[in-house]
Amino acid sequence: MFQKFSLLLFLASASSFIFAQDCDLSISGQIIDIHNNMPLQSAVISIEGTNTVSYTDENGYYEFKELCESQLRLKVTHPYCVSATKSIRLVEDTQINFRLEHHLEELNEVLLKGKLYNADLNSSISSQIKSEELDRFSSASLGEALESISGVSSLNTGSSIVKPIIQGLHSSRVLIINDNVRLYDQQWGEDHAPNVDINSAANVTVIKGASALKYGGDAIGGVIVVEPRKAPIKDTLMGKTILTGETNGRGGTLSSSLIKSKSNGFNYRIQGSLKRLGDLRAPDYQLTNTGQRENNLSLGIGLNKIDYGIDFSFKLTNTEIGILRAAHIGNARDLVNAINRQEPFYIDDFSYTINNPKQEVTHQIYKLNTFKKINNIGEASLQYSFQNNDRLEFDVRRGGRSDLAAMDMNLKTHTLLAQLEWTEVKDFNSEFGAELNAQTNFSDPNTGVKRLIPDYEMYSAGVFASSIYEVSENWKIDAGFRYDFSNINADKFYSTSRWRNLNYNQLYPEFEVEDFGNQILTNPVFDYHNFSGTIGATHIFKNDWKLISNISSASRAPNPSELFSEGLHHSLATIELGELQLDSEQSLKTGLELQGKINNLGFSIQPYYNYIKDFIILEPRGIETTIRGSFPVYAYRQTNARLFGVDVSASYTYRNFDLLSNFAFVDGTDLDRNTALINMPPFNLSNTLTYTKAEWKNFYLSVNSKFVAEQRLFPDNNFIADIVNTSTGNFEEVLVDISTPPEAYHLLNFRSGIEFDLNSNSLSIDLIINNVLNTRYRDYLNRLRFYADEVGTNAMLQLKFNY
Amino acid sequence: MKAMKLLSLSLIALLTFSACSSDDDAPELINQEEVITTLNVYLTPEGGTEMLAFSYNDLDADGLNPEKTTMPLSANTTYTGRVEFLNKLEDPAEDITVEVREEGNEHQVFYLPSTSLDLNTTYLDTDVDGNPIGVEFRLQTTTVSNGILTFILIHDGNKFAAGASEGILSDSVGGETDIEATFDVTIQ
Repeated sequence: MFQKFSLLLFLASASSFIFAQDCDLSISGQIIDIHNNMPLQSAVISIEGTNTVSYTDENGYYEFKELCESQLRLKVTHPYCVSATKSIRLVEDTQINFRLEHHLEELNEVLLKGKLYNADLNSSISSQIKSEELDRFSSASLGEALESISGVSSLNTGSSIVKPIIQGLHSSRVLIINDNVRLYDQQWGEDHAPNVDINSAANVTVIKGASALKYGGDAIGGVIVVEPRKAPIKDTLMGKTILTGETNGRGGTLSSSLIKSKSNGFNYRIQGSLKRLGDLRAPDYQLTNTGQRENNLSLGIGLNKIDYGIDFSFKLTNTEIGILRAAHIGNARDLVNAINRQEPFYIDDFSYTINNPKQEVTHQIYKLNTFKKINNIGEASLQYSFQNNDRLEFDVRRGGRSDLAAMDMNLKTHTLLAQLEWTEVKDFNSEFGAELNAQTNFSDPNTGVKRLIPDYEMYSAGVFASSIYEVSENWKIDAGFRYDFSNINADKFYSTSRWRNLNYNQLYPEFEVEDFGNQILTNPVFDYHNFSGTIGATHIFKNDWKLISNISSASRAPNPSELFSEGLHHSLATIELGELQLDSEQSLKTGLELQGKINNLGFSIQPYYNYIKDFIILEPRGIETTIRGSFPVYAYRQTNARLFGVDVSASYTYRNFDLLSNFAFVDGTDLDRNTALINMPPFNLSNTLTYTKAEWKNFYLSVNSKFVAEQRLFPDNNFIADIVNTSTGNFEEVLVDISTPPEAYHLLNFRSGIEFDLNSNSLSIDLIINNVLNTRYRDYLNRLRFYADEVGTNAMLQLKFNY
Repeated sequence: MKAMKLLSLSLIALLTFSACSSDDDAPELINQEEVITTLNVYLTPEGGTEMLAFSYNDLDADGLNPEKTTMPLSANTTYTGRVEFLNKLEDPAEDITVEVREEGNEHQVFYLPSTSLDLNTTYLDTDVDGNPIGVEFRLQTTTVSNGILTFILIHDGNKFAAGASEGILSDSVGGETDIEATFDVTIQ
């Protein structure tokens, strides 16, 4: 140490002698662990091309003295970190802080792509949930875990089908990236939950906008990036097992993962989880047929040689979810009765049996990924993935057909992804990529039920380029552009009367293939060109506050459901009609984020404004009377929409207490009609007070209060139906209120736990009680809110074993 | 390197295999099996011959072009009636009434005359639990009058609900509506 220091002194004095300049400049700063903001000790800071080095002290501080005015490049290394470099022109005493990736699990993300998705990199407005927090949701779903982020809500069908909503938008407008593969799991359906095993995720990042162009250009709402646990490059065996038991549903989840890695870069991973739950219970009654089963597995094998690598992985999720029996109804009269009844018609004793209606979904992902570092350029990677999505929906059927699925859809997607990261130009970090997609959808005709989504083939191709330029230590700007082309070729049977009724025989005579009398076979073919882009800047103030600003534009082609759907939805007794004339929708979203710290108070404020041209909405359009009775008809329309809002989160620490507050507000307006957009999350506020005492085996106890206001901004989709009065036999005009949101509600949740160290292993025990007061409530964003209350108290005991 | 070769080989194989699995054949026409396109109500006056009194045809099963026919009834007459459910999308038409009878304890037909229409109905059949199914019934007209008559087929309702066996469709019957067809009726 002393030797090096004298060397430094010598060099410094030598150079000052030679150049006879002012050589009394200094560089100092602090090295911080990006994950927990803790200072990093013993990091090595060197000036490249010289022998000048400095080490950080226990507070993470380092200092170089007596440097001359010059252009130089600093490099920081630390045993467990990804090294970082920074070029500066030294003209005055300078302070440079570095933030390094330091986390055993995540460091190892040096694995394949070199790094995990680093949202800090560009001007994305984003939030992240880490491994430990995710573990607490081991028995829940991705959507439920994401709700802990301000600005993320969920659109539910019952309590098991949970779709994330980012700043008011969901389904096809939110991309889900699982381990660098974009999920194609028939995500268009509002009652199709994402096929992701939350237990396979090490962290989940929500990007609130379209700025992550490499994942797709159609993220009108945002992107959810799920990343698995990765293998370090050292000889080790890491594992984790979580067992959760819960009272509501009388079941639980068992999840386990194991990673074996070697210092030569070879590794293999295995992870699986099993979930079994019976009927859930609302405060006053059993929610009959709401059980669920899940079997998930992921396997991986890879070789990571730092400058090249190859990795193969396989993921399987298999879920069977019961749909509340009372939510399966016949027609508008049944709907009115269900709404008036206030509690479900079918209430049976608790059971583990999952009857019809139910969904059975299997999703498989095969992925092969390789990368190679190329001198003087950066890193090139190539990835092929294949996804196979099987969706069976079982209905209440007559004539012993209940074992036969009413819907049997298979979606296959092949994706080839080539990317080049170009990092060798000073202060620039650029990425280029190309993507090819081939997708086929097939509906099994043996169901004996009309296809909801027709058979189709879709080919798409995309290219993107993005770059981040580090203007100075405190300023970064970034920009990106993406173009996508897609072609969809469908074979669809329309009922002949519908084809004519929609005037398609005039508009699209070229699509007609063969007339079968009642049905007509058509071959709609459409091309879409979509352009998207992003530009943004990040500024770090002197007091370390950070301001991120971003403007992004996303463009989304209509999905197969919006184009082609044609049929009856039993859960809402509606006839839903697709629209062939839809164009792509294009958004322009401006987002800002200010994050900072005032003493013990940390905060993040994220306002945004999203204007969407040709926004596709589903809305009621009249009533049709069939032999089954009358039904409201829903059809798609395009309008210009505007969403604005703000997500705020703040934390305050006082001694052993920690208070975390999140709130989110969004206003969505259909500008053409000047009405509110449907299904906008109401104002919500969540406060969590946590007491921690590290000395008591990492004891913590936390109480969470969640308030969800009544949504007052909603479109009036109520309709008047002529409904037969079953006691007089006369028809009466009845107003069917399907619009009015439920009242505000407030929930209390409780959580506590301790952690034991056992040699190099650890065991933690957590008790989690959701809805402690057994509050009776309904949620505006639950599509089954007309039929039943939400679930009541659920106490969970969780054992987590790390080894 | 051998592993690399093997992997790339399997990748190519996978690509080829999956590329071939999608064919360009036109999709199969689905004969909708379960749909009820047609409700026929046949009535036989005492000592007379059977007539097709009411008929509702919804051949697309989506309500755009339903066809309804109805015959006038005679005053002060007792008719024996039977209800027939057909799926005319199948060729020959499938008689769904058979299924309704077989699963009699899950089904019940209700006949709802409007207040102005002077007729009443009685069930003539029973399921395994002794509750009516309503495929066979008696219809008795009294005075000359006009009104509407609605036929409702309920699936999976509570057939033991109070009044259900007398044909009263109260809210406690619940279930889901499989068929709901209304006819204008003249009793002359």
